[in-house]
Amino acid sequence: MLQAEVEETIKRIQSQKGVQGIIIVNAEGIPIKSTLDNSSTVQYAGNVHQLLMKARGMVRDIDPQNDLTFLRVRSKKNEIMIAPGIEMYTQFLLG
Amino acid sequence: MKSNWRILQPPGNHSNCIFSNIYLITVTPSPTGHPDYIFPLVLTSATQELFGCQADEDVTGENPYKLLKKEDIIKDMKTRASVSDFSPVKQLVLDYPEDELLLVFDRDFTYGQSFYLVLTVEAKENILKPSVEGDEEQMEHEEKEEEMIVPKTPESHPWISLGSEQEIKEESVTESRPRLRYKISPLQRRCGAPVCFSDRSAQDGKEGFVECPSYQDKSFSIREMEKHTAIQASSDTKNSSTQTLWKHPKNIWTQYEPREFSLEEKEHHLRSKNLKNFITSVLIRFEISLQQNYITDVFCDDWTALCEDEGALTGKTETQLKEYQSFMDLHFSKEKTISHVHWHPTISGVIAVAMTERLSLEERIDNSTKLLLNPSYILFWNFTDPINPQLQLECPDDVLCFQFCPSDPNIIAGGCMNGQIVLWDISAHVERLQDTRSGGKNISNKLDKNETPVVRYCAVSGIENGHKAPITDIQWLPETFELSKLGIPVENASRVSVQLVTCAPDCCVLFWDLRPPRVVSHSLTEVKQKSEEKPLENPHGVPNTFKHLNLTWKPFIRVSLPKLGSSGEYSPLKFSLRDNTVDCPSGDKPLQNAEREEGCGFAQLRVPSAKQQKPMENISTKLYVGTEDGELVYTDWKMEKDNDSGRLLSTKPIHRFLVHDTLVNTVTRSPFFKDIILTVGSFSFAIWKEGVTNGPILMSAFSRTMRTVGHWSLSRPAVFFIGKEDGSIEIWDLLQNTHEPSQSQNISSAAITCIRTSCISSKQHLLAVSDRLGTLHILQIPWTLRRSSNSERQIVRKYFEKEEERLEYFEKRQIKHEKKKKEMEAEEQRKKTELVMPLKQEEELEAEALKEYEQFLALEKDILKNMGLLNETEDSSDM
Repeated sequence: MLQAEVEETIKRIQSQKGVQGIIIVNAEGIPIKSTLDNSSTVQYAGNVHQLLMKARGMVRDIDPQNDLTFLRVRSKKNEIMIAPGIEMYTQFLLG
Repeated sequence: MKSNWRILQPPGNHSNCIFSNIYLITVTPSPTGHPDYIFPLVLTSATQELFGCQADEDVTGENPYKLLKKEDIIKDMKTRASVSDFSPVKQLVLDYPEDELLLVFDRDFTYGQSFYLVLTVEAKENILKPSVEGDEEQMEHEEKEEEMIVPKTPESHPWISLGSEQEIKEESVTESRPRLRYKISPLQRRCGAPVCFSDRSAQDGKEGFVECPSYQDKSFSIREMEKHTAIQASSDTKNSSTQTLWKHPKNIWTQYEPREFSLEEKEHHLRSKNLKNFITSVLIRFEISLQQNYITDVFCDDWTALCEDEGALTGKTETQLKEYQSFMDLHFSKEKTISHVHWHPTISGVIAVAMTERLSLEERIDNSTKLLLNPSYILFWNFTDPINPQLQLECPDDVLCFQFCPSDPNIIAGGCMNGQIVLWDISAHVERLQDTRSGGKNISNKLDKNETPVVRYCAVSGIENGHKAPITDIQWLPETFELSKLGIPVENASRVSVQLVTCAPDCCVLFWDLRPPRVVSHSLTEVKQKSEEKPLENPHGVPNTFKHLNLTWKPFIRVSLPKLGSSGEYSPLKFSLRDNTVDCPSGDKPLQNAEREEGCGFAQLRVPSAKQQKPMENISTKLYVGTEDGELVYTDWKMEKDNDSGRLLSTKPIHRFLVHDTLVNTVTRSPFFKDIILTVGSFSFAIWKEGVTNGPILMSAFSRTMRTVGHWSLSRPAVFFIGKEDGSIEIWDLLQNTHEPSQSQNISSAAITCIRTSCISSKQHLLAVSDRLGTLHILQIPWTLRRSSNSERQIVRKYFEKEEERLEYFEKRQIKHEKKKKEMEAEEQRKKTELVMPLKQEEELEAEALKEYEQFLALEKDILKNMGLLNETEDSSDM
């Protein structure tokens, strides 16, 4: 069952050291799956989505053949890693 | 001659106008009626015939000009003399320069006669040549010609007068006559008379105004030949304006909520293949990033992390403990010693001191009667008043140790020499303590200022069920948990510390509960006892907080310490719990005081039933006990039910370590590490880690002078203070030296009995040191000793771990060593047994040697054969 595989993969990342949470959102930024509580999920999803659009737009603008593969946002307390899918899903986790 | 004068009358009805004659003078010819060069003549018909200019025959209207010869005219004048028609012009004709004169037939009698004679050549030319209009055209032609010519820059010529200055002169106004002056003055009698002015409208009456309106005169039309216009270029300007509409302001808001998927949609997405593919593709990137993070922190600035912040180099070089204040009470401290010191947990600057007799046991027995009369006290000192103590707590006997209740600092529990626990309630006097702290003068308390109030204890425990030996250590259990009958820690619903732990050298550790016992059957006896005790208590105004306990109090758990490996019991002197309230005081717990009334609750609190209590998992029930013999015993206080007798028995201790030679006088836990314990014996001290059973992590060298007390520093994890018998304090800093103290300072001349630290403020940390003479010294901890560096805790922890590893290593080595030893011994044993065997006989040895030799030869032969070096013939002949 595909769902089980997905779950398993998520668990695998989650169990890594230093990972606080994982959120999977669809192309519009609506969260599909998350290991955090709902309010944080929604907050993260909304903000990250906009940032991702901007970053992707920028990369594409500079070179239309290029595309954004990975985005890491480093802050004082933690780091957010964002991986955009090909017009489908985006996954990001907080480290 | 016609006169060309006319009187013009303005058109219209002018009945109301005053006419003044306006004379319009037109340009008229000269008074004679003709210009000078024209002379009107009358010519008779005879003259006309003569000269051939008969009217309407020779000269007509169309052709009025006739040239007459001058000579003819002169001849005629001579012949007819005065009759000649030309006689009036005789002289003029004679003066005429040319030969021919012009005679013009004046049909219209323009100049008054039928003929006129032109007298000047010029006029003749003018009249004969085309007229003025023709001249004008000529002029225009000339002008045009001029225009056709390319305009050249005009060259400057001297000014030629064309008559313009005359025009200017005519235009300018000059005075033609002297000015007329009129002096008008009213009649003399009118001067100075009051004048009354009044308004009059201009419109009433005929004399109001004079009007001179303009009108269009049709007889005139002035054609404007020249016009002055000016043109200026200017940019387009545009005016525009807007006006915002003023509308009634009103509040608007929007409310939004984030879009979310419903559960089914989420499921749907989770199941989709796309998601799976995506995740598997993306996973690798994440793992790489995580790995990178884990390997190294890219953004960590090693340089800044290297140095300690805030000037370890700011030059604060004071390392000595500075004496801040010392308290010595003249009345009460004579011949007395301080046994225990405790800072007041909430009121800063207040310290409580327990005074006891400075006598040995024999002396006590000898002087027992005297002692009964001399009660002992706990004194409260305040920094503001170094002479008089603020409060005295009366004790039934010498108090060796006491503690403030962590949840209510007005409750003090103390352990006495006779094995009783004493409780005080100082709620009534708290203001006094606080008042003097702030330094305010209370008029109402003036009387009390000189006397220190004495507070009597409000409860003591029963003698039969308590300790049989002096109580050497007493501690409150923290308010987070309480113990059930079996010693299982359960949740404390009341959030108030209600239980005490005491120990005494009578080989047991007792647990006491402050609440009235649950058992109802004893109520009668209690009431009886209460009524008996009433008259004793009330007169002193003792609060009734613990009335229910007085003299009937007994412990609910008795933990005995049977010896490991032998019979008998340990006699505890000091103990230390893991979750205790002594070593790591938390400053904000007593704030709960505000919610509760003073001293409430204890009587109302009830021991909850065993069913209601929730056991707490993470409370450790083990405690370390330091004994009289210098041992450190690690035991569990939980009681077990003995199946045989049905009684509750305490378990056997888990570990026991003997490191100190004489009695252990201090067992304290580090405020930073819950599992690090410092024990101080007489000549040495040791640091232990809970759980490490090999031995102490650190064992100090033996010192020359006795060590009497030890205390961890509250602000630095690596520092602790050791008090000695000679009155000096050793400051040990584990980061600097572990074999000797980093500092040693002499405080007093007598032995140190107790050390306690307190943080008054972040800048002031105080060390209270009491000595055997009864003096309390307050010392200031210098900056170096109170300021901990950032990573000090980690360093110290690492040090302890290292030491632990060292111990383990040693143990392993020990084991190996033992093994090796065993092996060596076994070998020796074997060797010994081997030596017992008799020597082999020589012959046998020889035979053996021969055999070996023969074998060797055979071997040699074979080898040589194989190598092909040996001849078959030569073999045994060589032997």
